[in-house]
Amino acid sequence: MDIGIVGYGCYIPRLRISVDEIARVWGTDAESFKKGLIVEEKAVPEMDEDTITISVEAGRNALLRAGIDPKKIGAVYIGSESHPYAVKPSGTVVAEALGLGENIMVADFEFACKAGTAAMQCCYGLVKAREIEYGLAIGADTSQGRPGDALEYTAAAAAGAFVIGKDPLATLEGTHSYTTDTSDFWRREGEDYPSHGARFTGKPAYFKHVVSASKLLMEKLSLKPSDFNHIVFHMPNGKFPLTASKILGFKNEQIEQGFVVKRIGNPYSGSSPVGLCAILDAAKPGDRILMTSYGSGAGSDSFSFMVTDKILERRDRAKKTEDYIKNKKNIDYGVYVKLRRKLKI
Amino acid sequence: MRVAVVGVGQTKFDEHWEKSLRDLSTEAGALALRDARIDGRDIQSLYVGNMSAGRFIGQEHLGALAADQAGLIPIPATRCEAACASSALAFREAYFSILSGQYDIVMAAGSEKMTDLKGTDAIATLMGAGDQEWESAIGLTFVSLYALMARRHMEKYGTTREQLAMVSVNNHRNGTLNELAQFPKEITVEQVLKSPLISDPLRLLDCSPITDGATAVILVSERLAKKFEKPIWILGSGQASDTLALHHRKSMTELLSTKAAAKKAYEQAGLKPKDIDISEVHDCFSINEIIAIEDLGFCEKGKGGKFVEDGKIAREGEKPINPTGGLKSIGHPVGATGIRQISDIIKQLRGDYGKLQVKDAKTGLALNIGGSGATAVVNIFGRDKPK
Amino acid sequence: MPYKSSVPLFWRLKKSKYNLIGTKCNTCDKVFFPKKSLCPNCRRRGNLDDFQFSGKGKIVSFTVIRVPPEGFEKYAPYAAAIIELDEGARLSGQIVGDFSKVETGKPVRAVFRKINEDGNEGLINYGLKWELSE
Repeated sequence: MDIGIVGYGCYIPRLRISVDEIARVWGTDAESFKKGLIVEEKAVPEMDEDTITISVEAGRNALLRAGIDPKKIGAVYIGSESHPYAVKPSGTVVAEALGLGENIMVADFEFACKAGTAAMQCCYGLVKAREIEYGLAIGADTSQGRPGDALEYTAAAAAGAFVIGKDPLATLEGTHSYTTDTSDFWRREGEDYPSHGARFTGKPAYFKHVVSASKLLMEKLSLKPSDFNHIVFHMPNGKFPLTASKILGFKNEQIEQGFVVKRIGNPYSGSSPVGLCAILDAAKPGDRILMTSYGSGAGSDSFSFMVTDKILERRDRAKKTEDYIKNKKNIDYGVYVKLRRKLKI
Repeated sequence: MRVAVVGVGQTKFDEHWEKSLRDLSTEAGALALRDARIDGRDIQSLYVGNMSAGRFIGQEHLGALAADQAGLIPIPATRCEAACASSALAFREAYFSILSGQYDIVMAAGSEKMTDLKGTDAIATLMGAGDQEWESAIGLTFVSLYALMARRHMEKYGTTREQLAMVSVNNHRNGTLNELAQFPKEITVEQVLKSPLISDPLRLLDCSPITDGATAVILVSERLAKKFEKPIWILGSGQASDTLALHHRKSMTELLSTKAAAKKAYEQAGLKPKDIDISEVHDCFSINEIIAIEDLGFCEKGKGGKFVEDGKIAREGEKPINPTGGLKSIGHPVGATGIRQISDIIKQLRGDYGKLQVKDAKTGLALNIGGSGATAVVNIFGRDKPK
Repeated sequence: MPYKSSVPLFWRLKKSKYNLIGTKCNTCDKVFFPKKSLCPNCRRRGNLDDFQFSGKGKIVSFTVIRVPPEGFEKYAPYAAAIIELDEGARLSGQIVGDFSKVETGKPVRAVFRKINEDGNEGLINYGLKWELSE
C-alpha cells in the first residue's frame, strides 16, 4: 500500500518586517537587497511564540487534515535549529499539546535548514518498516540573523508539519539524500547568532547539494524535469532556488506555487516544508511534486510526491498557507528588536 | 450577650520607610490601649489580621510576633487571613471569643507592610488573593479582575467612566480632612480620566494605593462595657464566601458574598439598608464601591453609578459612604483595612470625630472584601445599646 | 509563585493547560473546567469523567493589562478576558493579536503559546491563549 503525506499543515506568525525597514535602519540600499534577495518582507514571531508553539499550531493543522485519531501517531520528530531548550526536547511538549498519547517515539532533529525533511524521511522509514502506523514530521524555526548582517533581511519564522502514513493525499515515490562535510554556515554552542561563509554558501554548498540530490533522485526514479508539475527547493532567499531550478532545467511556472520566500522570508527548517504546504493547497490529483531541502554543513534531501484524489476531501479541513501569509501586521525595527530579544534588558 | 468596642488605634497610613511591620503593629496596639484607657496586661487574647507578610517581608507566625512585641506574652495570639478582608476576620474571631464566654476583653488588630517589596513583586503578591493556578498563572492582576467587572457593569447597566471617577473624587474630598490618610488631597474627575490606564477601563486614580499601616481595636463583654465611656455596640456581623476565581461566577456585576454577609448582618441587627447612617465600604477600585452600594441594598442593582453621580454618597448626602476617605485616599495596607474601617465607624458613632464627624450618626456599617469578592465581611455597629 | 522555579506545580496541571481537559458529571450533565474531584451539584451522587472541551468560546468581558505582575513584564500590554466555552464552562485567558479588535461577545478559539518563562535559566511555561475567530 502507498505511503506518503496523509495530512499537512503550516503555521506562519502574523508579524512581518520589511526589507525596506531593515535597510532604513542600517542605511543600506533597500532596492538592491530586494532585487538581489527577491524578498520583500519576512515573518517574525510574537514575544510568546517559539519553535514549540509554532510546531504545535502547524501540527494541529496537519492532524486536522489527516482526520486520524492523534493516539495513532507513533513518532514525532521536530527539525529545527532554534529549539527553545539546549537540553529538553521540543517534541515532548508538542506531543502532549497535540494529545498524541504516551506510547510514542520522540526526538528533536538538527541539521541547519534541512532537519524537517530529515524528520519526514525517518517517519517514512518507520511506517514502511511497519514499526508505526503514522509519524508526525515537523520543520520549524524562529531564526535569528545577527543585527546588520545580510541574514537579518531574510531569517524568518514558520513551521510545516506532515503526518506520514498509509492512504496518503500525496504518495512518496522516492527520496534521496546527498551529504558532504561542507562548512558554509554554522553556530557554535552558546552563541546567539550564526556565522556564514558569504559567497562560499553558493556554489560549493547550496547549489552542489540541491542540484546533486535532485538529479540523483530523478535518475533513481527515471524521471525528468518535465515530469513534475511543481517543485520546491530550500529558499534561503529568492535567487538561489530560481538559479538551482534553471541549472536543473525547470521552468519558472513549476516553482511559482511553492515560492513563499518573497513574502515570508527564510524560516530555515520550515522553508521547503511551508513551500510544499503551499503547493499542496493548490495541487490537483495526479500532480507530481519535487521537493529538495538544503541544510548547511551540508546536505540535501530530495523527495518526489504524487498527489492523490484524497487531497480534494482533506485540503479544506484546516487553514491554508495563503490564509497565514495574508493575515499579517507589519512592525518597525524598534518593535522587532524588542520581540527578538536583541535588546539586553 | 452583647459585645462592645471600647478602644481604637490606627497608625498613619503611608509609605513608612523607617518603620517595620512590628513597629507599626506595636504602635497601633498601644494607641488602642491608650484610647480605651486600659493596660496591655488587661488583654486576654489577641487576634491579628494580615494578608501576606510571608511574601511581603518573609515573616510568618505573626500572632506570636505581635504578642511578643507588645509585651503581652503569654496570652494566646491568633492570625487570621482572607486576603484584603483579613482584619475583619480577626475582628469577628475576637467578637466570637467574647460571645463564647471565654474572654471579657480582647484585642483585634490588622497590619500590612507592603512597600518593602518592589512594584511588580507587590502586584504578584496581591494576586495571591486570586486563583493562582487559573488566574495569576495567565498574567491576571488584581486590578484586572475589577476591570473585568467594571466593563460588564458599564455594558450591562450603562455605568459611565465619569461615574467611576466620581467615586475616587468623593473619597479624596473626604480624605482631605483625615490626618491619618496617605493621600489627603482633592482630585478632579478630569484628573482621574487623564491618569494612566492600568487595566482598561480602570486608571491609576481608580485604584487604592500600596500602603504600610496597622490598626487595632479593643472589644469587651457586656458586663465590662459599662466601665467604659461611650462603648459602641456590635449589632450584627456577617461573613460569606464565593468562588475564588472570578470567572466561575454567574454574575460579574454583583458580589454574592457581599449580599449574603449583608443579609446576615442586617438580620442580626434588625435593621434595613435605609436604617444605616454611615458606611465604610471597600473601594479598593472605584467600581467596587458602586457594586457595594448596590449589593448592600442602598440602591437598586445597576443604579449605583447614578447614586454616586447624584451626590448621595457625599458626607452631607443622604447616604454618606467612606466619609473619612475610603481606601482610595486613606490608603490600603491590605491586612489592616478591615479594622481601619471599623475604627472609623466607631469614632463616628462616638460623635466626637472632629472635622471628620458626620452629623447624627447612630448606626454604621463596615464592608470589607477579600480578593475579587471570594470573602466579604459586613459588621454593623450602633451608638445605643440594643435591647 | 507558579511562574517561578516550581516544576511539579505546573507539570501536574499540564494536561488541562495544554488540552482543555475538564470534567463532566454524568449525573447532572454539567461540565467543569478546570477538573473537579467532586460535583458541586450532585455531591456524592455525582459521577465524574474527563471531558475534552473543543477550544471554542466567546468573550464575556475583557481588559488590557498595562501594568503586569512579576514574570509578565516583557509581554505587556496584553489583553485578557473571561471566556465562556461553547460547552458551558468559563475560564480566564489572554487574547493574542490586536487588542483594539477585542469586544465582548466575539467568538474566540484556543491557540498554543508561551505563557512566561523563569528567567534565562528556568523553565518555559506553555499553555493556551485565545485568538478572535474570523
